[in-house]
Amino acid sequence: MAFSAFASAPAAAEPAVRRRSWIALVLLLPGILYLLLFFITPLISLVFTSFQQPVINGDIGQYSAGFQWSNYTDSVVQYLPLILRAFGYALLATLLALVISYPLAYFIGVKVRGFPLVQSLLLTLVIAPFFISFLLRTLAWKQIMSDEGPIVVGLKALSIFPSDGHITGTPFAVIFGLTYNFIPFMTLPLYATLERLDVRYIEAGNDLYASPFTTFRKITVPLSLPGIVSGTLLTFIPAAGDYINASGDFLGSAQTSMVGNAIESNFLVTQNYPVAAALSIVLMAVILIIVGFYVRRAGTEDLI
Amino acid sequence: MSAESVSGGPSWTKPRARGVAGADSGAPRIWSLSADAAAGASTLAKATATPGGSARELEAPVGGAGAPGRRRGIRFRGLGLPVYTALALLFLLIPIAYTFVFSFNNSGKLNIAWQGFTLDKWTNVCAAQGVCEAFANSILVGVVATVLATALGTAIAIALVRYRFRARSAISLLLFLPMATPEVVLGAGLAAQFLSLGVNKGLVTIIIAHTMFCISFVVVTVKARVASLDPALEEAGRDLYGSAVAVFWRITFPLLLPGIAAAALLSFALSFDDFIITNFNSGAVDTFPKFIYIAAARGIPAEANVVASAVFILAIVIVVVAQVTRAARAARLARLRG
Repeated sequence: MAFSAFASAPAAAEPAVRRRSWIALVLLLPGILYLLLFFITPLISLVFTSFQQPVINGDIGQYSAGFQWSNYTDSVVQYLPLILRAFGYALLATLLALVISYPLAYFIGVKVRGFPLVQSLLLTLVIAPFFISFLLRTLAWKQIMSDEGPIVVGLKALSIFPSDGHITGTPFAVIFGLTYNFIPFMTLPLYATLERLDVRYIEAGNDLYASPFTTFRKITVPLSLPGIVSGTLLTFIPAAGDYINASGDFLGSAQTSMVGNAIESNFLVTQNYPVAAALSIVLMAVILIIVGFYVRRAGTEDLI
Repeated sequence: MSAESVSGGPSWTKPRARGVAGADSGAPRIWSLSADAAAGASTLAKATATPGGSARELEAPVGGAGAPGRRRGIRFRGLGLPVYTALALLFLLIPIAYTFVFSFNNSGKLNIAWQGFTLDKWTNVCAAQGVCEAFANSILVGVVATVLATALGTAIAIALVRYRFRARSAISLLLFLPMATPEVVLGAGLAAQFLSLGVNKGLVTIIIAHTMFCISFVVVTVKARVASLDPALEEAGRDLYGSAVAVFWRITFPLLLPGIAAAALLSFALSFDDFIITNFNSGAVDTFPKFIYIAAARGIPAEANVVASAVFILAIVIVVVAQVTRAARAARLARLRG
C-alpha cells in the first residue's frame, strides 16, 4: 500500500472512447437539465433581482426589473462590517479547526493504521456530530455556555471571569461554534491524505537527524497539503456563509451578525430582495476569488 | 472510498484506486472525502484494504526505537497523541450527550434547567405541538429528494467515467459549483427564482431544492465506485452473449450498488439536516431543523431532543454494525487468502 500514494488513476478508469455517445447523452441529460434549471437559472435570477428597483407606490416586497447599480454600492457600504466579520470569523474558525483537527487526523490516519476496526470506529466518532441536528448541537453549546450554565458559573465562582460577563453573544462564542461545527469537515480530508502518507519518508527524515519538528514541517505537512487544502475549503466556504452560529437565538447577538444574517433578514424578514441578492452575489464572488487564489497558491490546481 | 461504505465488494483488490479516481475532472477529489464520510461507514474500505502487516511494520520505527537519546521524548509523544485524540473526541461528543440527557428532562415548555428524570418525552413524542409533523415532513422530503438525486446523479456518474464527450470540463464545473457555493446563496437564488415565477413555496419547492444540492454529492460518491469497477467483468458478460441491458442489470448495477447505497444515505443525511436552503424555500411548511430554528426563539421542547437522539442512535447503530461486519468479512477473506 505504501506505493499507492503515487499511483495515478487506474487503468479501469480509462473509458472506452466515444462508445455509443447517445447513451452518454441520455444518461447526462436529465441531471444536467435539472442543474441548469434549479442551480444556474436561480443564480441568473439572483443577478437580475440584485438590480431590481422598488415599484413606485407599490407594496413592500414589490420590485420591478431595472438596473440599480446602487443596490450593490449601498448594501456593501451598509453591511461592510458584516461582510468583513463573516470572512474574519470564517478565517479564524478555519485556522482553529485545522490546528485542532490535524493531530486527531494524524493519530487516526497514521498511528492506528494497523488496527482497521479501531480506525473506523474512531472515524465514526469524528462524524458522529453529523448524525444529530446541526441546530441542536449549536443550541446545546448555547445552554452549556449560557449565563446560568456550568462554565460561566464556574468561572465566576473562581473569580476568573467578571461578574457581569457573558460568553454567549460574543465573537468568541460565534467563532467557537463555527470551529466546533466544522471540525469533522476538516478532519475527514486530512485523514484521507494522512492515511495514504508513506511513513518511510518520516523515518528517512529521522534517520537523517532531522528534529521531529523539522520532519513534520518538511515532510508531513507538504505530503498532506491536498488534505489541508480540501479541509480548509470545506470549512471556510460554509463558515463564511453561515448565519446560525451568529444568530441571536443561537451563539451570537446583534454585534456578531455576519453577512449571512443580513441576507436572511433582508430576504425573509424585510422582503428587501434586491439587497439580499446583491449581498449573495458579493459573497459568492469573494469566495470564488479567494478559493481560486488559494488553490493556485497552494499549488494543487488539479483539485479544481 | 465511499463506494465501500455500505457493504462488501472486493475492496481489497484495488485499495487506492478510488481515492484518485476523481482527479481527472477536478472537483470531485476535494469533496469526495467529506461526501463519503458523511455517509457513514466509508472508513473501513480503506482500513480493511490495508493488508495488515506491511503497514504495521513500516509504522513501528516511527513510534518506537529511534536514537536512544530521543527515546524519552518519543515515549512522551506516544502517550500525548492518544490522550489528545480522546479529549478531542470527547469535545466533539459533548453537545450530543447534552441533547441526549436533556431528552429525559421532566421539563415544561422550556427545556433549559434540569427538572428531574422522566421517560414521558420518549413515550409521548408527539405531545409537543409540531414536532412529529415537522419530522414527518423531513422524512418525506428526504426520501423523495434522495430517490431523485440518486437516480439523476448515478446516471451522470456512469456517463462521466465510461464515456468521452465534449463539454466534459463544463459539466464537471457545473457539478462542482453547487458544492463551492455557500448555502445562503443557493437558498436565496432558488427563492428569487420561485418568487419571480410566482411559485408558492411548500413541500415541492423544498424537494426541488434538496434534490439540487444532493446531485453533486451523489455524482462524486458513485463516480468513485464506477471508476473502481473492473471493465473485464462487463466484457466477460458481453463475451458470454449478454445483451447490453442484461450486462447492466446483472453485472454493472449489482457491483455499483454499494456506491449507490452510500450516495443515497449521504443524500438523505444532507437533506434531513439541511436548514439554510430549506429556510429560504419552505414557505409555511416546517421541516425538523426549521422547527428547531423557530422554536429556538422561545425554547425547544424536550420532544425535539427525543427525535434527534433517536435518529442519532439509529444512524450510529447502522454505521457500527456495517463496520463490524465488514471487518469480520475482511478478516475471513484474509484467512482464505492465507
